[in-house]
Amino acid sequence: MRLTKWLVPTLYIVFLLLPIYWLVNMSFKTTNEILGGFSPWPKNFTTDSYVEILTNPVWYNGYISSISYVLINTVISVSFALPAAYAFSRYRFLGDKHLFFWLLTNRMAPPAVFALPFYQLYSAIGLFDTPWAVALAHCLFNIPLAVWILEGFMSGVPKEIDETAYIDGYSFPRFFVKIFMPLIASGIGVTAFFCFMFSWVELLLAKTLTSVAAKPIAAVMTRTASTSGYELGLLAAAGVLTIIPGAIVIWFVRNYIAKGFALGRV
Amino acid sequence: MTKTWNNRAWFLVLPVLLLVAFNAIIPLMTVVNYSVQETFGNNLFFLEGTKWYQDVLTSSRFHASLLRQFTFTFIILAIEIPLGVAIALTMPRSGPWVSVCLVLMALPLLIPWNVVGAMWNIMALPDIGLLGYGLNKLGIPYNFTRQPFAAWFTVVLMDVWHWTSLVVLLAYAGLRSIPEAYYQAAKIDGASRWSVFRYIQLPKMNRVLTIAVLLRFMDSFMIYTEPFVLTGGGPGNATTFLSIDLVKAALGEFNLGIAAAMSIIYFLITLLVSWIFYTLMMRGDEQ
Amino acid sequence: MLDLTWMAWTWQTATFFIVILALLCAMTAWEWASPGGGPRHGILGLDTTRGDRLFISLLGSAFIHLGWLGMTDLPLWGGTILSLVYAFAVFRWV
Repeated sequence: MRLTKWLVPTLYIVFLLLPIYWLVNMSFKTTNEILGGFSPWPKNFTTDSYVEILTNPVWYNGYISSISYVLINTVISVSFALPAAYAFSRYRFLGDKHLFFWLLTNRMAPPAVFALPFYQLYSAIGLFDTPWAVALAHCLFNIPLAVWILEGFMSGVPKEIDETAYIDGYSFPRFFVKIFMPLIASGIGVTAFFCFMFSWVELLLAKTLTSVAAKPIAAVMTRTASTSGYELGLLAAAGVLTIIPGAIVIWFVRNYIAKGFALGRV
Repeated sequence: MTKTWNNRAWFLVLPVLLLVAFNAIIPLMTVVNYSVQETFGNNLFFLEGTKWYQDVLTSSRFHASLLRQFTFTFIILAIEIPLGVAIALTMPRSGPWVSVCLVLMALPLLIPWNVVGAMWNIMALPDIGLLGYGLNKLGIPYNFTRQPFAAWFTVVLMDVWHWTSLVVLLAYAGLRSIPEAYYQAAKIDGASRWSVFRYIQLPKMNRVLTIAVLLRFMDSFMIYTEPFVLTGGGPGNATTFLSIDLVKAALGEFNLGIAAAMSIIYFLITLLVSWIFYTLMMRGDEQ
Repeated sequence: MLDLTWMAWTWQTATFFIVILALLCAMTAWEWASPGGGPRHGILGLDTTRGDRLFISLLGSAFIHLGWLGMTDLPLWGGTILSLVYAFAVFRWV
């Protein structure tokens, strides 16, 4: 019994890590070795792929633009969602339930449906090929998600706290920033993490809304994979580098991540 | 919590409403407009009425990709939900390893979707990939670019790899909210492992599992990037799911009208299913 | 003024959206006049308000039209009549 208890999660984690290992393995091989045949670890260990990525502006600009639209999106999503989530968690108002459901349907809308009109829309307002276009477009699914998670966390804060603060003479904005936000700090952190995550992993819209200047790293990768032959080593190294930011942020929210996925309602 | 009725709360919601409406309603209206017209580029449009809808609804190509989509979603739900619950049940409830476990398990969720596709592509290559080479060495002929079954197997395996952790995390969060006293009581009563699961653990996980099914249904229903990078929808059309077919029609064949009509139908299906799930979930909340 | 030609408006689709918008405004006015939404437990076993009933009617009508297009060659207004009957039934019993 004790053994099986450990066995299942361990096997699962091994299963999760195998493809990641294979990617890392590929990234340290030379192109010749990769195409030469199967080998479970690099025989001629090389960091050429990483050097190429970190010194070639086409590559590292991809990282910069990815990170910039993800950060802009996270800031916009969280700051817009905060007051809205407060309204949903504290008040009933005309059409509130339908509004909440409508917000949610956008989280569920397939991005493929919107790709083409998005291209037209953001060209028309002159934001095409800037990080802002992608950041705003990702609000489509990140804001509903942020409202949903924050609402769950806020519902856990007793209402008496609001009322006491108002009696003590706090205005709404001061109460919100000074008292309420610190109380749900972990919720805000988790929400920011989720916005970061979904903006970071999405590619279809990001690719549609950029061409040269603001091209995200993931799109640079797909182009390299197809145009300059079959440079698996470069592709693998770029892939490894896209995993790192996620792995770093995940460490900060490790104790709250499950609660966030349950939309703050466990 | 009892909520006060206050229509001024609308002012707090307004910024979100405007921003999301800008992103959702304008494009949706545009898609509706496209879906009733024919275009030859240069913003020249001709009214076609409901012709595209009729074409899409009666085309065997659409039926086939819809069927593929539902099959895929059903398979991955049938694998990921039980597997995720099983793993969550065997995870230690406390201790230093829990954090490490959670972080490692969440890792696949943070990898950009096309990297996931590329990663499994490299993994499954028949001559140099660990999976492909391994299977062939074991005497199982495997080539995901040639055999439809192998392509399906790879896509499903990739999705299980990518998303089972989400179910694990949710189920685990549900399990952790059960007070230790419940287990003690069950032990005193001499309850079997199964009845502990059935009467203590499952009811507590009810809500999170609804969320898990909802999220997995929606995300798998709109899956695009990962299978596109992995198989490109092939071999033939074997793994051409709805989104892939949609983008093929819109960008590959420049058939804007058909693509738009397909988008609307696709969107309506998503809307219906999410409404059903949402209603079920809210009903669970009230009880 | 923004260039909106890319949205490819036609008067037919514009009418469609105006009707939907008018319905939403009418529902708001109704809610304002008699708040509460007339909640009840309908035959589907759901607790619905009139906003929910409107949503169920609209979504159902969309699927009725699609079904009509997909399964018959008859003119579309047949589907419209069926949708109106359906919407009436929803508002009466669901």
